[in-house]
Amino acid sequence: MTTATVTDWRRLSVRMLVIHPIQEVVRAAPALLGLLVAGSSSGGHGPLWSLVGVAVTVLLGTMRWFTTTYRITPEHVQVRKGLLHRKVLTVPLDRVRTVDVTSNILHRVLGLARVEVGTGRSDRKGGGELKLDALAAAEAAHLRVELLHRENRTAAPAEGTAVDPATGAPAAPVAVPWQAGVETELAALRPGWIRFGPFTLSGLITVGIIAGFVSRLASEGNVNLGQITPVKSTLGWFGSLSLPLEIATAVVVLTVFVAIASTLGYVLAFWGFRLTRHSSGTLHVNRGLITTRATTIEERRLRGLEFSEPLLLRAVRGARLIAVTTGLRVGQGAQRGGSMLLPPAPRREAESVAVRVLGGDAVTVSGPLTPHGPAARRRRFTRALGVVVSWTVVCLALWEWSDLPAWTWVAGLALLPVTALIAADRYRSLGHALVAGHLITRWGSLVRRRVALEYDGIIGWNIERSFFQRRAGLVTLTATTAAGRQGYRVQDVTLAEAIRLASAGSPGLLDPFVSEGTPRPEPHVSGGPPDLARPVVSG
Amino acid sequence: METTTLRPPQHRVSPIARWYWAAHAAVGWLILVAVQVVWLIADGDDIPLRVAGLVATVVLATAHVVVMPVWRYRVHRWEATPEAVYTQSGWFKQEWRIAPVSRIQTVDSARGPLEQLFRLANVTVTTASAAGPVRISGLDRETAQRLVDELTAKAQATAGDAT
Repeated sequence: MTTATVTDWRRLSVRMLVIHPIQEVVRAAPALLGLLVAGSSSGGHGPLWSLVGVAVTVLLGTMRWFTTTYRITPEHVQVRKGLLHRKVLTVPLDRVRTVDVTSNILHRVLGLARVEVGTGRSDRKGGGELKLDALAAAEAAHLRVELLHRENRTAAPAEGTAVDPATGAPAAPVAVPWQAGVETELAALRPGWIRFGPFTLSGLITVGIIAGFVSRLASEGNVNLGQITPVKSTLGWFGSLSLPLEIATAVVVLTVFVAIASTLGYVLAFWGFRLTRHSSGTLHVNRGLITTRATTIEERRLRGLEFSEPLLLRAVRGARLIAVTTGLRVGQGAQRGGSMLLPPAPRREAESVAVRVLGGDAVTVSGPLTPHGPAARRRRFTRALGVVVSWTVVCLALWEWSDLPAWTWVAGLALLPVTALIAADRYRSLGHALVAGHLITRWGSLVRRRVALEYDGIIGWNIERSFFQRRAGLVTLTATTAAGRQGYRVQDVTLAEAIRLASAGSPGLLDPFVSEGTPRPEPHVSGGPPDLARPVVSG
Repeated sequence: METTTLRPPQHRVSPIARWYWAAHAAVGWLILVAVQVVWLIADGDDIPLRVAGLVATVVLATAHVVVMPVWRYRVHRWEATPEAVYTQSGWFKQEWRIAPVSRIQTVDSARGPLEQLFRLANVTVTTASAAGPVRISGLDRETAQRLVDELTAKAQATAGDAT
C-alpha cells in the first residue's frame, strides 16, 4: 500500500446511482404527498412542476457519477467534477486536516459512505472542501487511511512542511503500512449519559422541522388542518381554557415534546460514540445510530479544547467537549459537529477525557481561574441592566405620551431581576489562567465556555477597549488563532494583566512595545493629551 | 503592576488622512440628509417633526465630521519591526493589534475611490486567523508601497504554513 505511486482516476461507487433518486424523492416528499392528497381534481400546474423539478434533479444527480472522478498523487488529492463547467479541485496532502465519513440509512443499506475532506482553507467560501458522495464503505475507510495515515510525519515539524510543492517539494514520503499503528480508546458512550439528552434542547429544531413539514404538506395538498376532527376538537378544548391555563398547557406540552425529541436526537446522533487515538497521530470520533459518522482529526493540528456548557446542561452538571483545531471552524456549515470530541456527558467525565486528549495534567482542564475583579463585575451589571432599564424608560415614556400598550414596560420591569441574575452569572463565569503552555479563558452564561488554547496556536494579539472600558480601566484581550473560533477573548481585564498574558503566550513578541512607565491614572494611548476619553475638540 | 502599559507605535499615519476620514463620514451623512430632505419635500404631514429630525441629523453629522477625524488621527499609529507589525487604531473604541511577521500570510494594499482622491492607501496584513487582520488606513501611497514591499519580503523569508 504505497501512496507514493500515482493512482488512476477513480470513480464514485455505481451504487450511488440508486441512492441519488431516492434521496431526491425523499426531499421532495411533502410536495409529492401533497400531490397525492390533492389528486388531479384540484387542477393547477404547481404539483406538476414539482414533479418536473424532481425529475431534473434526479437526472443531474445521476450525471454526477459520469462526471466525478478523483485520485491521490504523492502530493495532492484531486477531484474532477462538473458537466458543463469542468473543475479540478487540487488540495496538497499536507493541507488535509480532517476526514469526515458519513453514511445515512440509505448509504448503509447499500454499503456506501460519503467522504468529506477538510482543508485548512477555513477562510475561503466553499472552494476548498472536497466531497465525494458516495464511495463504497471499504473504499471510504481506505481513503481515510491514505489521506491521514499516509506517512510517518515525514515532513518533520509542523512549521517545516513545505507550503508550495513547486518550490522544492518534500521527498516522497516513506510509506508506512498503517496497520502498524495501534488504536487506543479514550472514551465511549455509556447508556447513563442519555439522561443529558433532554437538556440539550436539540429537540427544538426537530419541533421546528416537523412544524415546517406539516405546514408545507398542508399548503401543497390544500388541506385545511382546522377541518380535521381531532385537531378541531383539541383546538376547541384549548380555546375554552383561561389564559393562564392556556399558557401553562402550551408550556407543558412544548416542554414534554422538546424533551422527548431531544432525547431521541441524542440517541440518534451519539449512539455508539467512541473516541479513539491512533498511534500515527490522529483522533477518531465514531458515532450515530442510523446515520453513522466517523470523523478523523489530525492531532498535530489540535490547538486546544473547549468545554461548552449550555445553561440547562450546566444545571445538571453536564458538559460537551469540542476540539479547537486548525482548519476546522466551529459550527460552520457541513463541518458542523465535526469538531465534537464528546457529546453531552457528566462534567467530570468530560474533564478526564480532556486530560487524556491533551496529555497534560488536570490543572489545564479544571484548575482554578483568576477572577476579573470588581470593575469587570460592575461592567457586567451596567451593561445588562442598562439595556433593560433604558428599554423600560422608553416604553414608559411612549406609553405615557403615545398609545404604546402598558405590557411593554411591565415586561421590562419583570425582566430586571432575570437580567441581574444573568449579569451575576456572567461575572462568575469570567476567568483566565496560564497553565502548562495553555491560555485558559472562560466566559458566558447562557452557554458557558472554557477554552484551553495552546501558546503555539496563537497567531497574534488584539487588545481592544471601548470608551466605557477605558473609563473602567479595562481591556478585552483577543488571542487570534487559525483554529476553532479564530479568536478567543479574555474579557474585561486590566491592561497590565492583558500584557502579562500576551507576553507569556508569545514570549518576546510584546517586549519592544511594553513600557514600564510612571504610574498614570489610565494608560496613555497617543501623542495627544493622556486622557482621550475627553478630548479637546476642534483644536 | 498598574504601570505596565503599551507604548504607542512609532509612526503616525499621513496628516491628510484626517481630510479623508472627514470626507468619508460626510458622504455617508449627506446621503442620510438627502433622504430626509426628499421626504420633507415629498408630502406635507408633521413638518415640525421632520425639520427637527433634519436639524438633529445635521448637528450630529457636523459633530461627527469635526470630532472623529481629529480624534482618530491622534489614535492611529503603526509600526513594523523585523519581528512584528503593531498598530493602534479606532477612536471611540480603540484597539491595539500585534501580529508576528512569521505568521503573516498576505499583505494587501488597496485604494478606494475616495482614498485615490486624497492620494492615500491602506495596507491589510492577514494571518491564518480570520479574527486577526491588521489594517493600517490613511497611509500616503509611497509609505504604503514601501511597507508592503518590506513586509512581503520578510514574510517570504519565513517558512511554514503560518498556522
